[in-house]
Amino acid sequence: MCNQMVVDSERDTEVDRIFQALADATRRDIVARTLTHELSVSAIAEHYAMSFAAVQKHVAVLERASLITKVRRGREQLVHSNADTLRRAAQLLDAYEKIWHSRAARIGDILLAEPEKGTEQ
Amino acid sequence: MTVISSHKDVNNLTFTVTAEFTAGVDQVWQVWENPRLLERWWGPPTWPATFDKLEFRRGGDARYYMTGPEGEKARGWWKIIDVSAPRRFEFDDGFAGDDGEPLDPADTTRCVVTLEEDGGITRMTSVTTFKSADQLEQMSEMGMEEGTTEAMAQIDEILSETSVSR
Repeated sequence: MCNQMVVDSERDTEVDRIFQALADATRRDIVARTLTHELSVSAIAEHYAMSFAAVQKHVAVLERASLITKVRRGREQLVHSNADTLRRAAQLLDAYEKIWHSRAARIGDILLAEPEKGTEQ
Repeated sequence: MTVISSHKDVNNLTFTVTAEFTAGVDQVWQVWENPRLLERWWGPPTWPATFDKLEFRRGGDARYYMTGPEGEKARGWWKIIDVSAPRRFEFDDGFAGDDGEPLDPADTTRCVVTLEEDGGITRMTSVTTFKSADQLEQMSEMGMEEGTTEAMAQIDEILSETSVSR
């Protein structure tokens, strides 16, 4: 799947970029940390046992997906999450879940109405 | 009583829903196999489905459309991959053009449905695999119209896997 994602990256749509960015535990963690307050990239990097460059790459992936925004303040680059983008991703999954929950409820109704055989009313 | 659980896997873009029905496995199978029953639940009430064709066998085709509130038609098609009545059913689902034929035969979502009966209760599990999040977006459009979402609760849900201490 990862290789597939690299190959497909040229024709990725915005929403694909969002889900690919969220499909990594470190990146989800960065989003969570910067949701309530801004953090510099170096402050973020302190939390992980990986190189500063590796953290920078994760931040870049999140930025391309519009999940975070970088703001320059003095000599520092501060990172904060975009709640709107995150909300959009969540809404997609939630909407699809809703489709199937209501389908199952309708099947339940049909089976109640027609307990014997699958015939028309 | 219908008991439902569902699982959203962001990493693999799969969606699993499990429902239990107080009915025999043959009855639940019928709601898939019988197009007149299928079209009573496949589309939401605001987008009811009509199946013009349903060849319920391996390699069979289905053609359907869903009619929206303004009379607009959203067309779709299935290719039946495998059928093992009354236990398992696997198909690809895709979008169709105005002529009812596939827009892009490769642009499909795979759906695997399994039924298990135990003591008069039939458990139905449906696993949908999306090839891209873009598909998820398209498929979700009609679901979006069904209700509002509680944004902050959903964000918590997405971030719930995040357990690194601060």
